[in-house]
Amino acid sequence: MIIASQISKSYGDTVVVDGVSVAIPAGGVTSIIGPNGAGKSTLLSIVARLMSMDAGTVTVDGLDVTKTPSDTLAKRLSILRQDNHISSRLTVRDLVGFGRYPYSKGRPTIEDKVHIDRALEYLHLENLSGRFLDELSGGQRQRAFVAMVLCQDTDYVLLDEPLNNLDMKHASSMMKIMRRAADELKKTVVLVLHDINFASWYSDTIIAMRDGRICRQGPAEQIIRPEVLREIYDMTISVNDIDGRRICLFYE
Amino acid sequence: MGFDSLYVLVQTALIFVFGSATVVMIDPQLKFLAETALLVTFSALLYRWLFVGAERSLHLLVLVGIVFGVFFRSLSGFMQRVLDPNEYAVLQDVLFASFNSIDPTLLAVSAIIVGVVTIIGLRLLHTLDVLSLGRATAISLGVDYKRTVTIILVLVSVLVAVSTALVGPVMFFGLLVAALAHYLTGNGKHAYVLPAAILIAIICLVGGQVVLERIFAFNTALSIIIEFLGGIVFIGLILKRGAR
Repeated sequence: MIIASQISKSYGDTVVVDGVSVAIPAGGVTSIIGPNGAGKSTLLSIVARLMSMDAGTVTVDGLDVTKTPSDTLAKRLSILRQDNHISSRLTVRDLVGFGRYPYSKGRPTIEDKVHIDRALEYLHLENLSGRFLDELSGGQRQRAFVAMVLCQDTDYVLLDEPLNNLDMKHASSMMKIMRRAADELKKTVVLVLHDINFASWYSDTIIAMRDGRICRQGPAEQIIRPEVLREIYDMTISVNDIDGRRICLFYE
Repeated sequence: MGFDSLYVLVQTALIFVFGSATVVMIDPQLKFLAETALLVTFSALLYRWLFVGAERSLHLLVLVGIVFGVFFRSLSGFMQRVLDPNEYAVLQDVLFASFNSIDPTLLAVSAIIVGVVTIIGLRLLHTLDVLSLGRATAISLGVDYKRTVTIILVLVSVLVAVSTALVGPVMFFGLLVAALAHYLTGNGKHAYVLPAAILIAIICLVGGQVVLERIFAFNTALSIIIEFLGGIVFIGLILKRGAR
C-alpha cells in the first residue's frame, strides 16, 4: 500500500501539488486521471522519489521513500517516465538487463538471465532482443522500457503515461500486459492516463486529480459518470454502457 | 569547466602576491598538493551548488563553466598586465603545458593519487552504465544519484587537477579522447569505453610528442597540436549533432 499524506510541491509561486493525501491500495491497476497540469506526473514522481516534496510524507509498505536507502526501494518500487532518451547505444537485451541492477549490481547471475528472458517474452520482444534501441519504432522502444521495469520485479510498478506515442493496437496490448501483470504476477500497477476510456476499461481504482488536489477516488463505476467527469474536466462527457462497460464520448 | 583558467589564475595570483623569487622557493610537492586541493575544492563547490536540489541541465553546467572561465581569465589578465615584465616571463613559462618540463619529484605523488582514483572508478563501472540511462531511470534502479554524481565529479576534478598541476592546461584533450572513445567502441558500456579512452589518450599524447619532436623539432608546444586536433573534432561533433 502506498500512503501519501499532505504532500505539497510548488515551482516558484505555482503550487503543483497542494496538500494531497491519498492511499493507493496494494494489488490491481490504479489509474490517475485529470486535465493537463493537474499534478498527476508530479505526484507520481514524488511517490517514486524522483522529485523532492516541499511538505508531507510518502510511505510504500511502511517504508518512507525519502529515508529508505534507494537500492532497498528499487526492489519494491519501479517507475517509468514519459521521456526516456538514452544517449548511449544499447540493445534491447542490454536495456532490459539493467532492470536487474538492484539485485546483481552489474554482475548478472543465471537467475538474472531467467528474469530477463521472461520479461522479453512477456512483452513479445524475443525477436528484437539483439536490435539497438535507435533502430526501433516508438512503440517497440516503449515496450522495451516496460520490459526493463517488469524485469526489475518490484511489487509496485509506476508508469507515467505509458500509452504516449502508441497506436490503438499497441496501446490496448500495453494495457492488457499491465492487467496481466496485476492479475498473474500480483503487481500493483499505478498509471497516469489521459485516455479515460482505457482507464475505465482496465482499472480497478481511479484517482482523479484537478488543480493539484485529489478530487475523487473510487472504482471505475463511481468515477466514470457524466456529473463526476464534468467536475474533473469542465466539459460535457456522455457515458454509455456498452456490454456492461462504461465508455465515454467527448468528441462533440 | 573553467579549470584551465582557474589554474592560470592561481599561478598568476601566486606570482602577483608573493613575487617569482618566493614562488620558486616553495617546495614543489607542497605547491603541487596545494594547487590540486584548491582546484578540487573549487570544482566540488561549483558542482555541489549546481547539482543540489532539482535536476539541472548539462547546458547550464557548461554555460556556468564558460562564465567562470571568462571571469578567471579576466582576473588573471588584469594581474598579468600590472605585473613586472621579468615576473611575467617567469609566469608565462609556467603557463604553457609542457611534457618536457615535468618535475620528477611530483610523479610519485601523482601516481598514488591517480591510482586511488582509478580503484574507486573501477568499482563504479557498472553504476556509470546505469547513470547513462538518465537521472530518473538511475534513481528508479536504486542508484543514490546525488551521492554517486558527487563522487564521480570529485574523482573527475581530482584527475583534471592533478594533470593540470603536473603539466599545465591542455584544452579539448578530454573532449577529444572521450568523443573518440565513444565513437570507436560503438556502445555505451563503460567497461569498454574507459580503457579505450585511456589508450586513445596515450596514443594522442605520445603521437603528439613524436610529431612535436620529429617534425617541429620542439619549435612549438604539444598543447597547440592537441588543441588544433581537438578543435577540429569539436567542430565535427557540433556539425554531426546539427545534421541529425
